[in-house]
Amino acid sequence: MWRRYLLWFAHEHIDFRHAEMQSIISMLDIPVKYIEEPSMKKPYWIVELPTEDHLKKIANRSVLLKSCIELWSHAKTESELHENLKQAVKNTSGKWLTTQDLGVVGSNSQICPSEQIEACCDLKKSFKVDVETFCKHFTMKEKVHKIENFSYLPLKGPVKLKNPDIILSYFEFYGVDPNNVPDKPYDVFFGRWVTDGQRDLIQHHSLKRRHFIGNTSMDAQLSLIMANQAQITSGHIVLDPFVGSGSLLVAAGHFGAHVWGSDIDFMMLHGRTRPTRVGQKVRASEESIRGNMKQYSIDSRYLDVVISDFSLPMWREGLKFDAIVTDPPYGVREPAEKIGIEKENYTLSEEHQINHIPSKVEYGLPHIYSDLLNFAARHLEMGRRLVCWYPLVREEYKEDELPCHPCLRLVGNSEQVLSKLTARRLLTYEKVHDNVPNIPVDPNSAAHNFREKYFSIGEISRKERKERKAAEIVANAAFIALAHNKKNNLHDK
Amino acid sequence: MKLITHNMLTSKCLKGVITGYPLAITATVVKVSEVEYNPEFISRIIPKLDWEVLWKAADSIGHNEGLPPTIDPKFEDNEEFLRKAHKVLLEVEVEEGYLTCPESGRQFPITKGIPNMLLTEAEVQ
Ligand SMILES: C[S@@+](CC[C@H](N)C(=O)[O-])C[C@H]1O[C@@H](n2cnc3c(N)ncnc32)[C@H](O)[C@@H]1O
Repeated sequence: MWRRYLLWFAHEHIDFRHAEMQSIISMLDIPVKYIEEPSMKKPYWIVELPTEDHLKKIANRSVLLKSCIELWSHAKTESELHENLKQAVKNTSGKWLTTQDLGVVGSNSQICPSEQIEACCDLKKSFKVDVETFCKHFTMKEKVHKIENFSYLPLKGPVKLKNPDIILSYFEFYGVDPNNVPDKPYDVFFGRWVTDGQRDLIQHHSLKRRHFIGNTSMDAQLSLIMANQAQITSGHIVLDPFVGSGSLLVAAGHFGAHVWGSDIDFMMLHGRTRPTRVGQKVRASEESIRGNMKQYSIDSRYLDVVISDFSLPMWREGLKFDAIVTDPPYGVREPAEKIGIEKENYTLSEEHQINHIPSKVEYGLPHIYSDLLNFAARHLEMGRRLVCWYPLVREEYKEDELPCHPCLRLVGNSEQVLSKLTARRLLTYEKVHDNVPNIPVDPNSAAHNFREKYFSIGEISRKERKERKAAEIVANAAFIALAHNKKNNLHDK
Repeated sequence: MKLITHNMLTSKCLKGVITGYPLAITATVVKVSEVEYNPEFISRIIPKLDWEVLWKAADSIGHNEGLPPTIDPKFEDNEEFLRKAHKVLLEVEVEEGYLTCPESGRQFPITKGIPNMLLTEAEVQ
């Protein structure tokens, strides 16, 4: 039977809320009736769903969803809420009615069917009432007072504060502006708690306790949102072509995908870069993407990581991924480079070939995104998704200048503000056509190029790049020598 | 490097190389570790594979594990077949060795299980 629910969201990453929910709802193919048009100004949605099971499936995925309540009453004032609940106890029609339907003159509230309440009135069912207020703080005593106002409800079971059979929730919403809190709430809600979203998972996956992290590891919450945007589910094959420390693969693996990653950075994939954590001197031996998957017991879904330059083709023609999730280099905290050299007719003598660290040239953002979208158009299964970040200067943002490809439809576009001037957008593309040729790089697509326009990386970065390369060569040589010694030792034994 | 990965890799990044597939494997260290068996995934991945390449690769490193050279037409229902495929695809790993481009002979090292497909700047010019 269709039931009405209050979905309460975390007041965080608000621009991602709609995109995450939409991705989950369409992935699970769940019909949703919106009782109130969702609005960015409110941290809640009111919806109707066919069954409670559908609600649980949604909550089982969403990291932005906090809790889900079977709605009994929604009103503008406390007294109206109580009035409605008293009417609801008598509403035996089996459906939501308005007070007008019930012949109450001069009011127009929604009254829930009595069986929702009756289902909680069993003698043996213990219960408690929780009070939550948004944007205003109340003392315990004030909260208890609010709870006592519900004493007319025909609840017959015992009150139990720890692990009761039923949790009833009373919410007061005082708006979202902490500098402008009204005396009385704008909206009040009452209902039966059904389930929570995946907020706990954010803690569980926290980078603070992650074995292997790098300078640009993606935080747990955003990684999980990306996996939801990509509609990743059990049995999928997922690729991150700029894998770094593999945070996005951890999230994809959590939702059941088998994962591949690639990155140009030899030292990173071998867990040999300088430790990222303050106070840590050397990397531990298990520091690797595989080690991270092991930490969450999902290493059975680790496929491989490969050292490779994304600007060059590597995967077999015809290989199709179920999702591509990635955070390409912006060239700010990490170099965005591809193998190359500016000298002409450069050759490398034979004896230098082995373990040579190639020199790199800048991999411009327009080229990265052009390569990425062309790759996705070619290597995604139909109907599947590419989810990637795109950095930009805020005031120059124009939606029609975002990277585009005739095979890919933009289905999600959420902004995360990074500073007063800059932001990055999480773009979600769905593959809608097959068999379209490669689209060449559009030299004008650099309209809001982050790197050139905002971050001047002229001379300093060239020097930094040289130093970094020198350090890499030394470390790499030592590492290879070590590996060889080990091998030789093994052979000797 | 697992054989499922080998099945998907090419050396077509090299100039003048057309398909760069399949890469030959030379393994100095091979490791077999236990991976949780997931028949649903194996059934899904089999149609994406070049089976002949998989079989030859497994055989070339001495780990064909009794895998038949052709796919069983009703493989989804053949547990024994799926288990063997699981082992060859996910449990056998080349720890040390190299991959060789079939057209140019260029070698790509595999160290600590990770293939290095990077070219030198001279090769991408
Ligand atoms: C923003 S970081 C990704 C971080 C990753 N999401 C994580 O959680 O650690 C971008 C990565 O792209 C890699 N990269 C830069 N240029 C590349 C190229 N041409 N091909 C492949 N990877 C490249 C960098 O080494 C870096 O690890």
